[in-house]
Amino acid sequence: MCGYGGYFGAVPEAEILLKRMAAAIAHRGPDENGILAAPEAGLAHVRLSIVGLGDGQQPMSDETGDLSIAFNGEIFNYVELREELRAKGRRFRTTSDTEVILHLYAVMGEDCLSVLNGDFSFAIWDRRRQRMMLARDRMGVRPLFYTTHGGTFYFASEIKALLQVPGISAELDPVALDQIFTLWAPIAPRTGFRDIHELEPAHLMIVEKGRTSIRPYWQLDYPDHDAPPLFADERSAAEELRALLTDATRIRMRADVPVGSYLSGGLDSSIVSALAAGMTPQGLRTFSVTFDSVEHDESAFQMEMATALGTHHSAVACRAGDIAKVFPQVIRFAERPIIRTAPAPLYQLSGLVREQGLKVVLTGEGADEVFAGYDIFKEARVRRFCGRQPGSRIRPHLFRKLYPYLPGLQQQSAEYLAAFFGAGDVPLDDPLFSHRPRFKSTAATKIFFSPDLRATLKNYDAAEDLASRLPAAFGRWHPLHQAQYLESRFLLPGYILSSQGDRMAMAHGIEGRFPFLDHRLVEFATRLPPEMKLKGLVEKHILREATKDLLPATIGQRTKQPYRAPDSHSFTGPGELDYVRDAMGETRIGDSGLFNAKAVTKLYEKCQSQPATGFRDNAAFVGILSTQLWLQTFTGTSIRAAEAA
Amino acid sequence: MTETIKDKVRAFVIENFLFGDSSYDLADGASLIENDIIDSTGVLELVAFIEDQFGIAMADADIVPANLDSLARISAFIEAKAGVPATA
Repeated sequence: MCGYGGYFGAVPEAEILLKRMAAAIAHRGPDENGILAAPEAGLAHVRLSIVGLGDGQQPMSDETGDLSIAFNGEIFNYVELREELRAKGRRFRTTSDTEVILHLYAVMGEDCLSVLNGDFSFAIWDRRRQRMMLARDRMGVRPLFYTTHGGTFYFASEIKALLQVPGISAELDPVALDQIFTLWAPIAPRTGFRDIHELEPAHLMIVEKGRTSIRPYWQLDYPDHDAPPLFADERSAAEELRALLTDATRIRMRADVPVGSYLSGGLDSSIVSALAAGMTPQGLRTFSVTFDSVEHDESAFQMEMATALGTHHSAVACRAGDIAKVFPQVIRFAERPIIRTAPAPLYQLSGLVREQGLKVVLTGEGADEVFAGYDIFKEARVRRFCGRQPGSRIRPHLFRKLYPYLPGLQQQSAEYLAAFFGAGDVPLDDPLFSHRPRFKSTAATKIFFSPDLRATLKNYDAAEDLASRLPAAFGRWHPLHQAQYLESRFLLPGYILSSQGDRMAMAHGIEGRFPFLDHRLVEFATRLPPEMKLKGLVEKHILREATKDLLPATIGQRTKQPYRAPDSHSFTGPGELDYVRDAMGETRIGDSGLFNAKAVTKLYEKCQSQPATGFRDNAAFVGILSTQLWLQTFTGTSIRAAEAA
Repeated sequence: MTETIKDKVRAFVIENFLFGDSSYDLADGASLIENDIIDSTGVLELVAFIEDQFGIAMADADIVPANLDSLARISAFIEAKAGVPATA
């Protein structure tokens, strides 16, 4: 786990630039750093030493010096791959997984990606062929950004390294802002920064002879809706799931340093922690966040699970005001505006892990996408159920069952519930059926966009843009699989694994590992019949069946409680911080030109005065504040909206 | 009387849900939900406004889109209920 940057093309004072790029992302690799500056290409690397502590320095070159690599992440099956390569006569100089990639590339070229099981992002400089190959893992755990400036190609693990290149400056992409205020995240390859792009998950990029080609090497795919079921027997499916998950966890315990685990008190991290505890004879370290507010706190479940497993457990308290204190740093590391504060406690949590001396943690992230755990999957099913009898006064009551933690919703009549969820309003064959209410309610935040920004965006529709990118087979999939694809292919890499995942963990030099995102498990789960995943309105049914011997019943039978953090009220009330008043004040808002200053002032006053704030107002407040912080952080000043890219 | 009620309701909706944007083209019959002006928390804010401003006691059965999902519906509902004292 590390960070890297580099270039391909002519660069004056290359060593200075590479050192500056490395320094900009030093938090990703506090243990070592190195550069490789050749006339036509360069690599910079900062290292978080986890595997091959003494001999895994990077950039790493092969014996001939023709191939050099800068690599961020882990290849979890590197042990097996190394043995296979040795059997074919390849000789290794180090014990690292980095060298395994180099040998594989030498043998297989870009096809080497098909045999890698891991969370990775890397760049290989092939001196003999004069080409740079870049690649990113299948699900998008590890980041990779790139741009071209003055005819030279630049790339890095974080955008702040690219901003070290003379002449490259930060400019907000208004289309990305529209996407964030509709879909929660930009649609890759777009980032928040104009003209700076992200390599999409499961893609490889080759730059050579002035040409750039990008293509997928793996795709998330589901069976046709009318295809014969691949698993008729639930028991055997559960057994196969358990075997895959156990192995996915086992190979993610590989490290030359201790591996801990996040423990939220929910089903997924409890399963991962239970499996990991069984593989850690010396005792597993677990970590969690607790909240002052009862509606967000899960500490009772965390302690129950930690006690049941006998782990050495540590928790960090997210108290009133803590989110506001760290939020500017959160935006600096996330490198994009966000509409929720949920990354902030995870920033605190990775800080706790670092304080406790660990570098690697397992997490339960990914299970909700892979095994259909999110409320949105159940919501779509209830909306279809209501849509078949649009006038029913009984069916909409099911919406209450989905959101027991939202008091505002519990008090609504059946008629209002049906109206809020658009039951019967969205055509059943709409490809975005499952997500339309979320996109619509989020897009309501754009009421605060300034007239100038609206004019720049013209009639741009982020949801339709997303719909236009769906694969041809999408229409043949079961509705649950369509919804899972939308979550897994867009929100997972675009927000969960980035703004909440890699960026918050790596801010403190912590590597997260995700057993549920092992591609063998992901591929297995895509083939499972929808009813094994979402059985009626019980989420992750097959996962519960496969792991019920691991957990106390109170954990194993828990209904999903989504991870949330207090939003606008984190920033208002006693002890309100000066930067919030400044960023949300009329002067700063007016300077940025992105939002309607008078409307923002009224929003600010409303959030300050009312005890409960609704979804739109919360999302708008956090989105506007984070955009203002983004501008201050990356442009050094407030700027007016750029022209549409 | 009806105009006065509707004016008050319109002013509340513009101030509280449109954050002072009086240029918003809000037709009397336009759905507040379909136009993303109000969400579930907003409905509770609207109910509190009607009870406080007009002294109307709203029963659970009153809180339905048929009564509250447009300026015209809200105004008609208040007019029909006017004079009924709040009991809360």
